[in-house]
Amino acid sequence: MSVLLIAEHNNKEVKPFTLNAITAASQIDQDLHVLLIGSKADNVAKSLSEVPLVKKVLHIDHEIYENYIAENYTAAILKHADKYSHIICSANTFGKNLMPRVAALLDISQVSDIIKVISPDTFLRPIYAGNAFATVKSNDEKKCVTIRPTSFEAAETTGGSAEIEKIDAADQSENTKFINREEIKSDRPELGTARIVISGGRGLQSGENFKLITDVADKLNAAIGASRAAVDAGYITNEHQVGQTGKVVVPDLYIAVGISGAIQHLAGMKESKVIVAINKDGEAPIFSVADYGLEADLFEALPQFLEELNKLNTIQK
Amino acid sequence: MKILVAVKRVIDYNVQIRVKEDGSGVVTDNVKMSTNPPDDNAIEEAVKIKESGKATEIIAVTVGEEKAQETVRKALAVGADRGIHVKVDGTIEPLAVSKILKKIVEKENPDLVFMGKQAIDDDCNQTGQMLAAHLNWPQATFASKIEVNDKSLQVTREVDEGLETIEVNTPAIVTCDLRLNEPRYASLPNIMKAKKKPIEQINASDLGVDTNPRIEHIKIEEPPKRKAGIKVASVEELVQKLKNEAKVI
Repeated sequence: MSVLLIAEHNNKEVKPFTLNAITAASQIDQDLHVLLIGSKADNVAKSLSEVPLVKKVLHIDHEIYENYIAENYTAAILKHADKYSHIICSANTFGKNLMPRVAALLDISQVSDIIKVISPDTFLRPIYAGNAFATVKSNDEKKCVTIRPTSFEAAETTGGSAEIEKIDAADQSENTKFINREEIKSDRPELGTARIVISGGRGLQSGENFKLITDVADKLNAAIGASRAAVDAGYITNEHQVGQTGKVVVPDLYIAVGISGAIQHLAGMKESKVIVAINKDGEAPIFSVADYGLEADLFEALPQFLEELNKLNTIQK
Repeated sequence: MKILVAVKRVIDYNVQIRVKEDGSGVVTDNVKMSTNPPDDNAIEEAVKIKESGKATEIIAVTVGEEKAQETVRKALAVGADRGIHVKVDGTIEPLAVSKILKKIVEKENPDLVFMGKQAIDDDCNQTGQMLAAHLNWPQATFASKIEVNDKSLQVTREVDEGLETIEVNTPAIVTCDLRLNEPRYASLPNIMKAKKKPIEQINASDLGVDTNPRIEHIKIEEPPKRKAGIKVASVEELVQKLKNEAKVI
């Protein structure tokens, strides 16, 4: 039986985490079909068909799918779920919202947020904010699985030529209406996929002081993260939050500034390749995961850091 | 309007958990337990809605072993009117919890069901959405703002891109984010009063729900440890190390 991956997109482009989920799905079974539910998203269908790991694109095109509503997506998925052994999507806010609704209606106990495919029915997943890893085996006949995108490489996007099959839409839910989305546009790399992330915490003391972080981020072409404390305090908006209930990031370089390092924050960044901590409290738990720790006042250290970066002849982008 | 709030008892968020040596789970003996943090936000929101005159009754429900009742008692101390404890021992998966909650909803007929968006122990993030599916109700997940209208809710949701607002007709399920509100502490007089509020006990087995796990936990282990890092003495040294040793800038 084939596996069915649910694509996340904005009717113009595939969202990057779908490519990571494609890699994971293809490790479960190579006969991978992607379901695209959208409105006027022919370009997305085309780009998915060019992903070499994708064997077939199922495309549902209807205006009711202009905005992503879990209820409408669920009905569409259930209409086509029969032929598949696994239904898969990424474990970001898209998939977390969607997949349990699908799983419940199929009477499947979902496996959430896997970081490794051990076999088609056995997976590794973090629990307790990543402080334990569980090897779990699903005994349901059909499986619903969500993928932690940062634990899998993004799939290649060119060279494939999968068939695109148009399939039918399902009924629209009467009870949920999309109102709007406040998307913050930015030229910076996306937090989830950036090579370098610099994050600020409560130590920044105000939203204005985040400029110290922004200046360094500009220099390094880095994404900007934040601890929950900084978001709660209103220094920065929620989409920057890194941690157990925010985003999980695995950049090559993670720079934590003025972040003490609560368990919940570490859950979102401790798999980063290189971790730098700048904090004036030498006992802060963040130092226990840092490769390079600098015990210093961030208000002195950050401008100096920028100055030192400016002295370098080249900076990797 | 009646609001049902589901709460879960979990290891306290401040506890550094320890994995059992035999790989069967994590140590829970003599470990501090608390209400799952976003479930506190769910209770708080229900209480605020009642205080604004838009709700008449709040029922707190939990599914779990004998001691899970403490979580319901705490909800009663911050403003829930009565409690329900569905007793079940051993591991219970979100799918089974959602089926049990469906039975409770059918019995109590609430207009709204609130709960936290995710439990911080198994990190599944499933129960609310599954309950919404079983009931064929709309779902508003990861809520950071809720406006209660006559027959609908306007809910602002925290999503990866920023904030999204949807409108759902009631009855509806809302799963709550930590930024929805600031949960209050229970005052001593209210803790005393909560002791007199009723908690109905129901055995899960009497509800006719199959609670057998579908997922086998083969092994629980510690994640790989990071190797210890070093402290650098200056910003210059830090930049040199990043450039020449780690080679990341």
